[in-house]
Order: sequence, then C-alpha cells, then structure tokens
Amino acid sequence: MTQTVFAPWNDPDAKPLIEFKGVTKAFGDFVAIDDLSLDIFEQEFFALLGPSGCGKTTMMRMLAGFESVTSGSILLAGKDIGPVPPNKRAVNMMFQSYALFPHLTIWDNIAFGLRRGNASKDEIANRVEDMLRLTRLTKFARRKPHQISGGQRQRVALARSLAKAPKLLLLDEPLGALDKKLRQDTQFELMDIQEKTGTTFVIVTHDQEEAMTVASRVAVMDEGKLIQVSTPDVIYEAPNSVYVADFIGDVNIIEGAAAQEGESVSISWAEGQPPIRARSTRSLTPGQKVHFAIRPEKLSITAERPAEAANAVTGKVLDIAYLGNISTYHVELPSGDVLKAQSANTRRIARRSFTWEDTVWLSWTETAGVVLEQ
Amino acid sequence: MRRFSWFNATSLTLGFAFLYLPMVILVIYSFNASKLVTVWAGFSTKWYAELIRNEAFLDAAWVTLRVAVFSSTLATILGTMAAYVLVRANRFPGRTLFSGMIYAPLVMPEVITGLSLLLLFIGIGLDRGVLTIVLAHTTFSMCYVSVVVSSRLTSFDKSLEEAAQDLGCSPFDAFRLVTLPIIAPAVISGWLLAFTLSLDDLVIASFAAGPSSTTLPIKIFSAVRLGVSPEINALSTIMIAIVTVGVISASLISKRAAVRQEAETRNAERG
Repeated sequence: MTQTVFAPWNDPDAKPLIEFKGVTKAFGDFVAIDDLSLDIFEQEFFALLGPSGCGKTTMMRMLAGFESVTSGSILLAGKDIGPVPPNKRAVNMMFQSYALFPHLTIWDNIAFGLRRGNASKDEIANRVEDMLRLTRLTKFARRKPHQISGGQRQRVALARSLAKAPKLLLLDEPLGALDKKLRQDTQFELMDIQEKTGTTFVIVTHDQEEAMTVASRVAVMDEGKLIQVSTPDVIYEAPNSVYVADFIGDVNIIEGAAAQEGESVSISWAEGQPPIRARSTRSLTPGQKVHFAIRPEKLSITAERPAEAANAVTGKVLDIAYLGNISTYHVELPSGDVLKAQSANTRRIARRSFTWEDTVWLSWTETAGVVLEQ
Repeated sequence: MRRFSWFNATSLTLGFAFLYLPMVILVIYSFNASKLVTVWAGFSTKWYAELIRNEAFLDAAWVTLRVAVFSSTLATILGTMAAYVLVRANRFPGRTLFSGMIYAPLVMPEVITGLSLLLLFIGIGLDRGVLTIVLAHTTFSMCYVSVVVSSRLTSFDKSLEEAAQDLGCSPFDAFRLVTLPIIAPAVISGWLLAFTLSLDDLVIASFAAGPSSTTLPIKIFSAVRLGVSPEINALSTIMIAIVTVGVISASLISKRAAVRQEAETRNAERG
C-alpha cells in the first residue's frame, strides 16, 4: 500500500523527532506542565493550542532550552536534550516579539546565527541571500528593523530562525502582532515555507483558527495537560471532551441522560421534548449523564417541520447575528434553552426568510453531533 | 498657545537669575583687567594667559583628567557588571540585600566614605597618590553607573538575549554582541556621569590624595582660601565652557537620533 497522506503518527514504525516522556515542570508550587508525554514527527507542522497560562509557552521554552525540566525527559532525534544549553541545540525559535537585533541591519540579523558557526564568508552570504529571497526581503537587506513594517519584521524573524536550517523550528505566537488580513496571508506563507524547507514546525498559539489553518496536528492544552492531540478535522468534528468542543469554534452543548441501543443513543434532555437521537461507539451505562455537542452550522433552520429529520425541535428566533457571509440565529426553545444555528447568506439580506420572534424548526441528522462523557 | 503673563515671566526670570547669576558674575570678572577681584578695570584676557603659564594648575588639571578617565572607566565596568547581575540573575539568597547595598554609597556622607577609604589605604600600606584617588573615585561613582545601567536593563527585552543564545551565542557572547551594543547609550551616560563626578569631587579626593598628587578642585579650594585670584575665575570659566559644550552637544546628538529614528519608523509603517 502506498502512503499518499502525510500521517506518520498513524504509522507504528515511524520514529518521532521529538519525544516528551513524562515531562513535569514546576515553578515553585505551581505545576505548569503535569506529567506530559507527546511525540512529534519529522516535517510535521504541530500546533500547541490553549488559553493563556495553559503551559504551551513553557513547553516551547523547554524545547528551546530556556527552561529546565523538573522531571521526565525530552528527546530530540532519540537524544536527551536536557543537559544541552540553548546555543548548542539544533533548534531555533521565532520569538513572539520577533526579538530582532535593533542595532543590526536585516542582512546582519539573518547572518547572526550563521556567523556563530564555522561557515565561510561566501557560504554565509549565499545562505542569507537565499533566506532573503525565500521571505521576499531582498530589497530591505540594508535596512534596520525599525525601518520596516510589522509584517516585514515578522518575515525577518522567520528568515533569521530558518537560516541555520534547524531540525526543529519553534514559533511562539508568530502572527499575534499582525492585523487580521495580514495574518491570514502570512498563515499560507508559513505553510508554504514549511513545505519548501521540510523543517519541522512547532507553533504555539491561542488562536484556534490559526492552529486549524496551518497545522497538520493540533494539541489542545489546559492547565499543563494535553486534552486532545489530533488532526484539525478530528478536533473539530470529534472532540473528546466538552472542553475541546467549547474551545474550538462555536458549539451548542445539551446535557441529558443517555439510553443506548447498539451504536445509537437517545438522550432525554428536557420535559416534553423528544429525546435526541445520536450515535456513539462508546458504551454508555443506561441513564448516564452525557453532553451532546453540535456545531451551529450542522443545524438546519426551516419554517416547517422537516418530514424526515432524525431530530427536530421548534422555537422562537431570539437574536440574529449577521456576519456578512453567514448569519447566526439564536433560537429559544420552550424549555428555555437557547440553540445557535448558522446558515449561509446565499440570498440578499432583504430576502431573508426569518426574522426576530418567528417560530422556526431546527433539525439535524443522527450523525451531526457528538456524545461526550465529560 | 498660552498667553504671555507677567507672573510666568517673573517666575522664569527669578528662577534663572537664581541659578545663573553667580556664574555670570564669575565669567564677567574672569575678563577683568584689575588684580582686585571686585573692582572692574576694563576688559582683558591676561588672566587666561597667566593661567597657561601656571605649572601648578596645569599639573593639577592633568592629574584630575587622568583620575577622571581611569576611575570612570573602572566604575563603568564594575557598575555595569553589578547592574547586569542584579537585574538578570535569578533569585539567590540575599539578592534584595545586595541590590540595596549597591545604592548605599549614594546616601552615605562623603566625609565618611573618604575617611573609611583613608583608613583602608593606611591599613594596607598603600601610598597615597593618583592610584588611591582613582580607587576612591571608582568606589563612589560605580553605584551611580550601576543605577543608570540597571534602569536601562530593566526595560531591556530579555528575549533579545535569548534569541542570541538560540542562534548559537554563549551567554557571554550574547552580552557582548547584543546586550552591550543596545545598552551602550546608558553605559556611555553612566561613564559621563562618573567622569563629571570625579572632576567635581573635593571631599573624597582630599582624603585620598597625597602630597605629590593634587587634583584641580583641591588646588582651587586651597588657592581660594588664600584669597580669590582672577586666575581662578578664568579657570572656572574654562570649566563652565567645557561642561556647557559637552552637555549641549550630548543632548543635541541624542535628540537628533531620536527624531530620525521616529521618522524612519513612521515611514516604514506607512510604506
């Protein structure tokens, strides 16, 4: 069988580039990283995603060598990098503040790391020119960092950290300082550069959209623990917990008691409402408390009850958020619960079918949502 | 724009008169032809010519200059090192005590500093001369340097040093190649401060100086005690001129650099 999809994490023979083995990091009494194990493979674009203070930056700083490990070990290409100081690691980092050297030109900034090795003058010059071309900065080579714009500075920081051709590149909130439009363009540029250079990228971000866009795999973190590590589509479509479902994108969460029959589950969630019909491969005890999570765009909104829907509830439109391309409807059910439903604005706004106070039906299929135990 | 008011004009005049009137009088009398300091007898520059021929003053000036250069350089090195460690180092036992102690000489009466240095020099049998003045001046001006440099270091983005290490620098190289060039203005102004302190100092120098090594302030002070001579006025005028030119050019240079940098940053953001 030929492997066409890049997914070394599914290959039991693949050798990870980075291995976290039972890593714990404590600052005094505060445990920033709690007994964490994780494998990252070569050429991956790996995203560490979580709210601020979840330990994602600490993990990155441990990889770079700026923080020591309290217990456990971190292996890079099979070797424990614990005792290796930052200047001896084949790891480079792109800092959140870019940390460009203000007293050096763009050219000298990029050459800085190369000059620390024993490369010849010509080799350094060639490499710097390559990096300038890769990041489209050739015109600005002779300028100082304060003489270029924020987006250009971001590219200098990237060029500088890539110049030494590290085995692993760490990116700490690399696009945080850019405005939204520039950020989206830069995300694709980053992916492009990652593919061209074949370097393993580990990116730290609190922006779930950014993580989903660029990463081959995403690790969702909370309070020093990994909650879920998977590809963006699995994280979005099949979150393993309410925390992940809630952190990534918009979601409706309904609590109820489960009754299982094979793979189909029915969840009774409110008096006088038909139970929700869903599917789950996990075995649930009868009457077990579960959370049913469903994304707003998976709910369809209609004026009449659809004939063949597995699930349908009726309610009143409470609020409409118009976002241009889509609208989000907040629908209040008779039970008092509010569900969010999204629909694409394929028609002009004047011809919108529903407005405030309208009675509507929300319906979804059996497989549209997920049943979560925690 | 504020309207002109008599109150503001008066306050300004009074304030500046208070500050500069003594100096203006001194400068005027340095061009006095008369030997009597308080009697005006026409314009003359003869006291300046006299001054150049006065070996004792020239010797004292030379000693002062050497002491100032050596002590301020030494104080800058030591003060920068101390500031770096106290700002950068991780917590170590007694750190707060240390950082408090480095500022103590700032508030210590000079007489006490001078006396304790004198006792030390006698205790270790060091002959008083240029060396002891340099050591004494280094001691008290080092804490001024350390204050100036550490205030710059606290606002210094630590990730710059981390970036340098990440790119292959040892901690010392990171300091030498990245930190030092960036904090250079603070180090230089620390040096200038130490230099002026050393030029001005009378109290500590008089404890540490020996018979063969007299600094200019000591010389002026002892000359004045025998009676003010127009030569002293000329000498003081020269010193005022040097300080004025130094201060004005330093502030012009730094202001021009700041203006240019701001303009370039603005252009970059727009372009």
